[in-house]
Amino acid sequence: MKISTLKRHVREGAKNLIRNSWMTVAAVGAVTTTLVLVAAFLILILNLNQIAENIESDAEIRAFLELNTSDEEVESVGNEIEGISQVTNYQFSSKEEELENLIDDLGEEGESWELFEQDNPLNHVYVIQTEEAEDLSPVADQIGQIDKVESVEYGSETVDRLLQFNQYARYIGIGFIAALLLTAIFLISNTIKMTINARSEEIGIMRLVGAKNSFIRGPFFVEGLLTGVIGSIIPVTAVLVGYHFLYVNLNDRLNFQFIELLPWNPFAWQLSLMLLGIGAFIGIWGSVMSVRKFLRI
Amino acid sequence: MIEMENVHKVYDNGVTALSGVTTKVEDGEFVYVVGQSGAGKSSFIKLMYHEEVPSDGKVQINHVDVGNIKKRQVPYLRRSIGVIYQDFKLLPKMTAYENVAFALEVIEENPRKIRRRVMEVLDKVGLKHKARFIPAQLSGGEQQRVAIARAIVNNPKIVIADEPTGNLDPDTSWEIMRIFEEVNDTGTTVIMATHSREIVNTIRKRVIAMENGQVVRDEHRGEYGYED
Repeated sequence: MKISTLKRHVREGAKNLIRNSWMTVAAVGAVTTTLVLVAAFLILILNLNQIAENIESDAEIRAFLELNTSDEEVESVGNEIEGISQVTNYQFSSKEEELENLIDDLGEEGESWELFEQDNPLNHVYVIQTEEAEDLSPVADQIGQIDKVESVEYGSETVDRLLQFNQYARYIGIGFIAALLLTAIFLISNTIKMTINARSEEIGIMRLVGAKNSFIRGPFFVEGLLTGVIGSIIPVTAVLVGYHFLYVNLNDRLNFQFIELLPWNPFAWQLSLMLLGIGAFIGIWGSVMSVRKFLRI
Repeated sequence: MIEMENVHKVYDNGVTALSGVTTKVEDGEFVYVVGQSGAGKSSFIKLMYHEEVPSDGKVQINHVDVGNIKKRQVPYLRRSIGVIYQDFKLLPKMTAYENVAFALEVIEENPRKIRRRVMEVLDKVGLKHKARFIPAQLSGGEQQRVAIARAIVNNPKIVIADEPTGNLDPDTSWEIMRIFEEVNDTGTTVIMATHSREIVNTIRKRVIAMENGQVVRDEHRGEYGYED
């Protein structure tokens, strides 16, 4: 295709948008609505994902040793833990260190615990990390079997539930987004079809004058692309402004260590780019699909 | 050169439009195709630009069997023939200029040449001053002249017209005929299906008369020949 033909398609595509102005409004509206919903879902899913990942990576196993464990026995337990292949990292924390941490964590109230420094009721602890959160449970079971280990703790319920919830959220979210996109393509192609019945005659004329299908399709491609890009203006703006607002306000309020939203930069920009791409894609697809029928003859 | 060899056309609904048409049109000829409605004039014409394909027999244009070309070759065939219709078939949302230019954009002619050539042809049909008008703002005769301009802008060797004056008043029809004669004078073959006794009997050319899907008369400088 020559550059001049490309320019011609762009010119015609843009003119078509203006000539069929109400259709343009409807199609752009469909893209906008879809993208706003898609954006909301993506923000939700990707942040949930992020939170889950944070929690997963923070997850650890605490193995409490029996009170009467000797120093040699502590070491042999350590060796056994090291022998477990999924273990990426482990640390020993003596009962003295545990007490110190406890006193620190409790702040002023902790001072009353200082009495226990004379007669420490706490256990020695091994803190173990695994590479995958999924490994926590089997590794914990294995460690529980080791001699001199009194009990293991890894927040099993929380982690398991979170993992499951996150998995579901992902599937449901992806399914929802896919459904949304299909609906949008359908909507756009139908909107364009409404005017295309009037345009089918024009397409027939173009064919009679000797236009190839690709030539006829050209302006429709441009039209779809422009519809998608124009349709993504509002969603992109909403994401850039809205997510900033959300980030600033929510992050302060949810000031837990493990709940932290994805930072505005680069997330909002990446999402905007994604929306623009999705908009262009559904616009083009919808538009090109609507002419297909008339080009098949 | 256009050659038809024992051409039959039966439509899907069983109607027989042509039954055994054999004829030949040399380069540069001007031919009227006359006959009553349903005699097969339109089918005769449509076969030439692959709007229809023969059920049997051969239609050849410059030795190309146009009934048998591949789908993707159809656009190229149509670019080499200028076709004019009774209902003009202009693109309603495009200006006169854009309608004519379309035929050149399709062949990816360079934009500067398109501009020059379109204005030249619009001038030839006397519509240079209405280049920016859309079809709805033009009279029937003017619309038909735009259609003619579009048909000839690409300098085709053959111009085919299917009752081009069918929707026009007599004065306008004569104007259209004058343009066709000019086109023919430059060596272009003109084939025109018509119902107009007056035109056929005044501007004398070869006449192919059809009846029941067959050629019943073929004479040079012929007459319209029968009552409507």
